[in-house]
Amino acid sequence: MSKFLIQGATGDFEVVIGLEVHAQVISNAKLFSGAATEFGAEPNAQVSLVDAAMPGMLPTINAECIRQAVRTGLALGAEINKFSVFDRKNYFYADLPQGYQISQFKHPIVGEGTITLDLGDGRSKDVGIERIHLEQDAGKSMHDQHPQYTYVDLNRSGVALMEIVSKPDMTSPEEAGAYLTKLRTILRYIGSCDGNMEQGSMRADVNVSVRRAGEPLGTRCEIKNVNSIRFVRQAIEYEAQRQVDIIEAGGKIDQETRLFDPGKGETRSMRSKEEAHDYRYFPDPDLLPIEFDEAFIDAARDSLPELPDEKKARFIEDLGLPDYNASVLVAEKESCDYFEDLIAALVKKTGKDAKAVGAKASNWVTGDLFGALNKAGKSVTESPVSAEQGADLLALIEDGTISGRIAKDVFEIMFDTSKDAGVIVEEKGLRQVSDTGEIEQIIDEVIAANPAQLEQYRAGKDKLIGFFVGQVMKATGGKANPGMVNKLLKPKLDG
Amino acid sequence: MSNIDKATVAKIARLARIKIADDKLEPLAGELNNILGWVEQLDEVNTDDIQPMSSVVDVKLRWRDDKVTDGDKQESVLKNAPRGEYGFFAVPKVIE
Repeated sequence: MSKFLIQGATGDFEVVIGLEVHAQVISNAKLFSGAATEFGAEPNAQVSLVDAAMPGMLPTINAECIRQAVRTGLALGAEINKFSVFDRKNYFYADLPQGYQISQFKHPIVGEGTITLDLGDGRSKDVGIERIHLEQDAGKSMHDQHPQYTYVDLNRSGVALMEIVSKPDMTSPEEAGAYLTKLRTILRYIGSCDGNMEQGSMRADVNVSVRRAGEPLGTRCEIKNVNSIRFVRQAIEYEAQRQVDIIEAGGKIDQETRLFDPGKGETRSMRSKEEAHDYRYFPDPDLLPIEFDEAFIDAARDSLPELPDEKKARFIEDLGLPDYNASVLVAEKESCDYFEDLIAALVKKTGKDAKAVGAKASNWVTGDLFGALNKAGKSVTESPVSAEQGADLLALIEDGTISGRIAKDVFEIMFDTSKDAGVIVEEKGLRQVSDTGEIEQIIDEVIAANPAQLEQYRAGKDKLIGFFVGQVMKATGGKANPGMVNKLLKPKLDG
Repeated sequence: MSNIDKATVAKIARLARIKIADDKLEPLAGELNNILGWVEQLDEVNTDDIQPMSSVVDVKLRWRDDKVTDGDKQESVLKNAPRGEYGFFAVPKVIE
């Protein structure tokens, strides 16, 4: 891919992007209270007096939220800080009953790390992680339910968030998209955030600036709370062009907070937020520093599953998968789980080595299965064909019971009916004909029925062998073993 | 020496949502300067190589188990709200 540049009237501009991702921590209870975190409850039903900021209520840290932040840091190869501090970030808003958010400012729980982006065609790029800190989420405001009032639901108030801050290492909308995709994959693998952007459990603040090649960093604008990867890409494209237009017209960029309007595909200023930027952070006197030892970090590390990059390397190395298939499979944990279950079952059924069947099985999963799922609008966990059933089908190809061509028809029926491959093959009589005598007999009939083509073939037009193969397959309803047809046909044609 | 002027007092008051009459700003600036001046005497102490103190008692942060032990008290939560509707707090419209 060529470098992403905005072409202005006076020259090219580079775009510099950094992302702050708010990821809701998976935990049963909130960061500082015992109220539940589950999505979709009755309004204010999952609110303790701590979350409602009633006077005299004190926060007590949830151990699981600390553990999840440490696990996330480890999964991003980041430095873990055994000492970190909670600060108060002061601002007023109707859905923030405390009048401040408990966050971490000077001493975050996780320091610098790295995330490797997959940019397609085997290309990759490392993007730095600046820090991860723990903080409380705010409540939810609804402005459209009543003409005079805003309705506030505090169920989300106090739920733990990880703010994952990248370095300004990205230079195109695609890289920002790849960053979010990869980060979400990792968070889902380790189970520290469900990554559901539609429900708001993962949201991104996007920092964008532009500069002419070789110049120092430009003034940045922050686009708040963008809630899909597609919108992040659109917001960056719009914002970068807007900044270039201002600079080329002789203007200067004001550092400001902006909002992305998905309907109009544009960003606009949130002037009201400007004054509130003076957060007056100070250490929260209600909370002592978070401290833990090496053993706590080790236990968190031991709890991590195989991560996507490691899994991909293993798929390529040990199972002989093409790079592309491996990338597609590791992108979603559920896809990997399906594929690994299928391989395990296939190895058991065929007695063959995993490496001998790995590439073929990955082609089937990423091609036939994902194609059909996509068409049906289903996810892999909703597949009408289980991994075990998929392995049955592939095992039938491996042992020569059916051809690859017939397998596609069998799969279609499996997908529609969830029946086992073996049952379908028997019911429809699709068993591949591998009996030498039977195939020879059909070949003889085909040759006898096409004397003209035989003459041309013998006169040197040897490409006509394809015609004869086709006729034999047709005569057998596609069930003849193609390898055997080829082997038996040639000597007979040659006479 | 710190120097808090009238404009700074007005800004702090605005950020804290405290209404202060114009004629009170100047006297408050004087009071705040006095307080800060008093605290600044601490600058005379050498604090190189001394960790910031986070507590006056020698205890560690207590951690809680990840268990749901609270909530399910919509009525109590809304009890003191000036206005509640359909289980929500209803506040004067705040919109961008």
